[in-house]
Amino acid sequence: MSFFAEPIANLIREFSKLPGIGPKSAQRLVYYLLRNSNEEAKALAEAILELKEKIRLCSICFNITDCDPCVICQDKERDHSKICVVEKPSDVLPLERTGKYQGMYHVLHGAINPSQGIVPEQLRINELLSRLQDGSVSEVILATNPNMEGETTALYLYRTLEPLGIHITRLARGLPFGGELEYADDVTLAQALESRREF
Amino acid sequence: MTSPHTYQAQAIVIKQTKIGEADKVVTLYTLEFGKLKAVAKGACRPGSKLGGNVEPPNYCLVMLAKGRNLDIITQSQTIDGFLKVKGDLWCISCSSYILELVDAVTTEGSPNQPLFELLLDTLKNLSLSNGDETVLRYFELHLLQHLGYRPQLRRCVVCNSPLKPGVNFFSPDQGGALCSGCNHGEFASRAISIDALKVLRLWQDCDYPTASRVKMSAKLSSELRLLMQEYITYLLQREVKSMAWLEELKTGISVDSDCGVN
Repeated sequence: MSFFAEPIANLIREFSKLPGIGPKSAQRLVYYLLRNSNEEAKALAEAILELKEKIRLCSICFNITDCDPCVICQDKERDHSKICVVEKPSDVLPLERTGKYQGMYHVLHGAINPSQGIVPEQLRINELLSRLQDGSVSEVILATNPNMEGETTALYLYRTLEPLGIHITRLARGLPFGGELEYADDVTLAQALESRREF
Repeated sequence: MTSPHTYQAQAIVIKQTKIGEADKVVTLYTLEFGKLKAVAKGACRPGSKLGGNVEPPNYCLVMLAKGRNLDIITQSQTIDGFLKVKGDLWCISCSSYILELVDAVTTEGSPNQPLFELLLDTLKNLSLSNGDETVLRYFELHLLQHLGYRPQLRRCVVCNSPLKPGVNFFSPDQGGALCSGCNHGEFASRAISIDALKVLRLWQDCDYPTASRVKMSAKLSSELRLLMQEYITYLLQREVKSMAWLEELKTGISVDSDCGVN
């Protein structure tokens, strides 16, 4: 038997499904909402509904967007001859924050992970190949994560894109700002040495 | 306040799963304690001193602190990062298969020093391999041997008579080869050529440098792959997912193989 009224128990159950929210946190959120005004609860409910109704994938770069094509793909000022390939929509934001990149993006929605059964067919790789068919793209920047899955994806993409004759680059790897040489791992340090440049 | 209990281990990173904002649960195969799971706090952050050191398939020296639930990796120093493996699509995919297999066949808290040494040697051999599959087959055969599933390849597993030259059969169910006389009814199984039988017998008892000198035709290599795949699938009661990916790659990559025709 539940100690809560049914609407409260329902909402606790729904909140508990969110990442990082346990039953106790869910309970606290529900009591917070109960104390708040009706307008605030309604605004939250509408924001959630709007999120699901309006957000979709851009038909060009497959980033999440509320308009299709997305703002970046529509922007005539940006360099359409460069495509930066990332694993997840959330990877676009940090690259944009640098203010150093003015090209296009392509979101794969995952990385090749054979032990989890994630293979290229499940990623947006065919869509990337279609974008490269018209010859307008001169450079593809591989910005997959520097881990085993990201490496596998980058190596696979390199093998797939190389015959197209497009300039393929990848993000440099080296020491993070604020880090210490003493604590750097061998792979990072070896690659930082290989990619060293003129001062 | 007492300081937390810490201990060291030589480990090979076999898997990692992201949890929370920037933490990872890392599955290690250690020399001292066998398979164990531990948390690498903040390992997803670029500045983390753990991040690059707990990437599969690194061989590293880790310091762990006893945790309430999972132990916590406090320090990690890479001994071998297998750079060559990580820079080649075929090698990195093979390492993924090897690690998945080790994860599937081992349980936590059962140390197995020969298995650890086999895994380490296999990753080193993979760095030096020219892309053929001998390193994978040799690993599979010896992995099963260390776990107590060494296939019987010299005598028939049903009637115990020595196997004769010619076509024999291999039964995953019975854990070895059958003579043609016993291959019927409930024991019916796939045929195994005499060449495949000879290669497997040799590999069972030799070291890797000797095993890698065996020249095989594509047909024999394919026969051994299917046979081992069937045996492993039977023992695990499921398929190893990375195997399908290796098959897919095999069709796409012209593997630089020195294997001649038998």
